[in-house]
Amino acid sequence: MLDLVIFYFFAILAVSSAILVVASRNAVHSAIFLVASLLSTAGIFLSLHAEFLFVVQVILYAGGIMVLFVFVIMLVNLDVALHQVQFNRHWLVASLLALVLGAEVAGALLVSRQGLITVVPAPAQMLEPNTERIASTLFRTYMLPFEVASILLLVAMIGAVVMSKKKV
Amino acid sequence: MVPIGHYLFLSLAMLAVGVVGIVTRRNVIIILMSVELILNAVNINLVAFSRLVGSVEGQVFAIFIITDAAAEAAVGLGIIIAFFRNRETVLADEMDILKW
Repeated sequence: MLDLVIFYFFAILAVSSAILVVASRNAVHSAIFLVASLLSTAGIFLSLHAEFLFVVQVILYAGGIMVLFVFVIMLVNLDVALHQVQFNRHWLVASLLALVLGAEVAGALLVSRQGLITVVPAPAQMLEPNTERIASTLFRTYMLPFEVASILLLVAMIGAVVMSKKKV
Repeated sequence: MVPIGHYLFLSLAMLAVGVVGIVTRRNVIIILMSVELILNAVNINLVAFSRLVGSVEGQVFAIFIITDAAAEAAVGLGIIIAFFRNRETVLADEMDILKW
């Protein structure tokens, strides 16, 4: 019962602030609502016994990536953007299409509901100690993808520096 | 544990909101934020199934997705800064230099 209350608290917080990210006029407000959405997702991770991912989400996502976003919002011209039309002309058709997509996936989930309910969740002790298990999986089984991810980050860093340089 | 369907529907709702943001907004920065929302929805799914199966590999993949999100944000925001320097705008429908 308590599980359900916690889940719905964080879920309603996450979805409503996600809607406000898309709906608000000011880009700074969008960024702040995105932080709220990411933090409530972090709460859901914590309730799913993913402690390491909770910390990563708070420090890296809500801390690091969002600071990057806010910096760029401050660099580009805010006052001009506030007086422009924020939604494009076919916003009604587009959001209808997105809702149809959502309804389609929801229908598929409802059809396969029986199979999802019958799966018995594994005991939570299988995920403990969380950080140690993640480390041993990451550095044993997924060593190569880990190295590839480091190359990806290096390339992204060089790309960001080259693209935001004054003269190429 | 809350039944897995709840997590799937939460993730679906965040995906739909992100898609609405991508297709309706004109500001490129907010479009990038909507992409972050969608990646976050994926993470919810991965972690929920990792808890259901009792294996930590879903969480490892969620870490890879967070890495990707960081790389994507860095490159995308670099492109936005370069574009803003040339055209003085961040609206997606003004980005038509490659069209002719």
